[in-house]
Amino acid sequence: MTQTASRTALVELSGVSKNYGNVRALEGVSLEVHAGEITCVLGDNGAGKSTLIKIVAGLHRHDGGTLRLDGEETRLSSPREALDRGIATVYQDLAVVPLMPVWRNFFLGSEPRKGVGPFKRMDVDHMRRTTHAELLRMGIDLRDVDQPIGTLSGGERQCVAIARAVYFGAKVLVLDEPTAALGVKQSGVVLKYVAAARDQGLGVVLITHNPHHAYLVGDRFVLLKRGTMVGNHEREDITLDELTRQMAGGNELDDLRHELERAQARGEGRE
Amino acid sequence: MNATQVKEADERLLRTSPLRKLLGRPELGSVVGAIAVFVFFAFFADSFLRASSLSTVLYAASTIGIMAVPVALLMIGGEFDLSAGVMVTSSALVSSMFSYQMTANVWVGVGVSLLVTLAIGAFNGFMLTRTKLPSFIITLGTFLMLTGLNLGFTKLIDGTVSTKSIADMEGFPSARDVFASTVTVGGVGFKVTILWWFALVAVASWILLRTRAGNWIFAVGGNKDAARAVGVPVTGTRIGLYMGVGLGAWISGQHLLFSYDVVQSGEGVGNELIYIIAAVIGGCLITGGYGSAVGSAVGALIFGMTSKGIVFAEWNPDWFKFFLGAMLLLATLLNAWVRKRAEATK
Repeated sequence: MTQTASRTALVELSGVSKNYGNVRALEGVSLEVHAGEITCVLGDNGAGKSTLIKIVAGLHRHDGGTLRLDGEETRLSSPREALDRGIATVYQDLAVVPLMPVWRNFFLGSEPRKGVGPFKRMDVDHMRRTTHAELLRMGIDLRDVDQPIGTLSGGERQCVAIARAVYFGAKVLVLDEPTAALGVKQSGVVLKYVAAARDQGLGVVLITHNPHHAYLVGDRFVLLKRGTMVGNHEREDITLDELTRQMAGGNELDDLRHELERAQARGEGRE
Repeated sequence: MNATQVKEADERLLRTSPLRKLLGRPELGSVVGAIAVFVFFAFFADSFLRASSLSTVLYAASTIGIMAVPVALLMIGGEFDLSAGVMVTSSALVSSMFSYQMTANVWVGVGVSLLVTLAIGAFNGFMLTRTKLPSFIITLGTFLMLTGLNLGFTKLIDGTVSTKSIADMEGFPSARDVFASTVTVGGVGFKVTILWWFALVAVASWILLRTRAGNWIFAVGGNKDAARAVGVPVTGTRIGLYMGVGLGAWISGQHLLFSYDVVQSGEGVGNELIYIIAAVIGGCLITGGYGSAVGSAVGALIFGMTSKGIVFAEWNPDWFKFFLGAMLLLATLLNAWVRKRAEATK
């Protein structure tokens, strides 16, 4: 992909690190996100995936390295600032308020208003209609946008959150383990919308610990382990088997297998 | 979803929608409870159905209801305010003592009192958002401090536990008109606090259901991390809610002062729980994110009907607290049951 190398990345992290007190959560991580591409961040629990997205989403500031948005070096101070600069994040715990109706959730934090002075109010009809129409575009036909969002399935809630980000003109979509809590079929549905968002020209960061899901849609793959980057591959440079092997622990896994085999052999020898 | 499924779903929506919408209202449980209390006292207390009794009940309800509205909003936003009861007394004391000591016009004290109650509210909110301690602890602290200040300052300045009379001061008649007058409708006198109460319920409902701030209140109470992540100003919303309680305490306090012309400095302790009870009976979830201003008004009305109904029935008023407690339990159980039914029909 020589062509992408010459383009300016929407988001570019180089050598980024983050400490929580004396705990080093992230060290020397680099990552690029381009328009119309999906960058997958893979890693086991505790690898630093969540810390990484919190930096991109503006929840935490990085301590070292550089963060560039559209080539401009910056440091995000709040989720609001990240949103204003076109980075929308959809969190693992879904970032919705379960008791609130779907339409209130859809516009939460960016409510359209009409009227003047003390009579300035939310444009409720517009909000209801837009929510229904935007979800329909993503293939979710809700009976009632007034139902609490907590009554939707996990996959549908993810799709609402993605639809919301796309509607509000996000340039970069950060998805934190969107398929982690979902069944096989629902994961497929969510991955379809991730691909749909990419086809609309968004840059997508997909955080996951499932290499199969990542390889289905990903253009580049960043592997994290215990806060450091252990791999950064483009799609043509790596096969699914190799990705899975590296993800699962690579050489460590081989060692573990040998050890188990030896133990088993010893056990059989004793009998 | 294919076409036939969509059609089926839509048909089902048409059939169950009105009932489901009604069951889904947070006030439903309290309205059922209010009707039950009304029928009960209409049956047992002969004078309960007279127009003058209605006025008495509404007045009792309004004195609680004025505070129950901002307390309900605060609970929807996920927090408590235990200082709300004594803040009312503080508001009256500040107004009275400032006017008496500093100026000749009571309206100056009224204005200063508003600033003070808003500042106390802002203090509660600021401490909550900065320290991240539970609001129970922070407002318990404010509650104790205000109780002490109320008594201490009054004794220090006036030498006794009550303030001096401000009845002969300039502006007293007009302030009394605003905060404590009686409006006669059809031969029956209604206290002006009832109007204040209705106005507050209307404004709070407008804010909750139709404004951006209302959306933020529900979101902050329902899931404040999610709210923050999508750009809701969580800190500002919570401080604003506490200042709303301050505003309510100001209105109630001025009423307390101008109904008479002196204030007892030890009043108000325990009322904070009654405001919370009214909000909970009205359908506010104790964990936040759910409830309504109208519900808190119905809760206050239940309180008014019970407290006065016992008197009309010529029972010993000592039983009142028992009724209130039983009502709280019943209403909460009913609310939980209604909500479960509402969710099951979805």
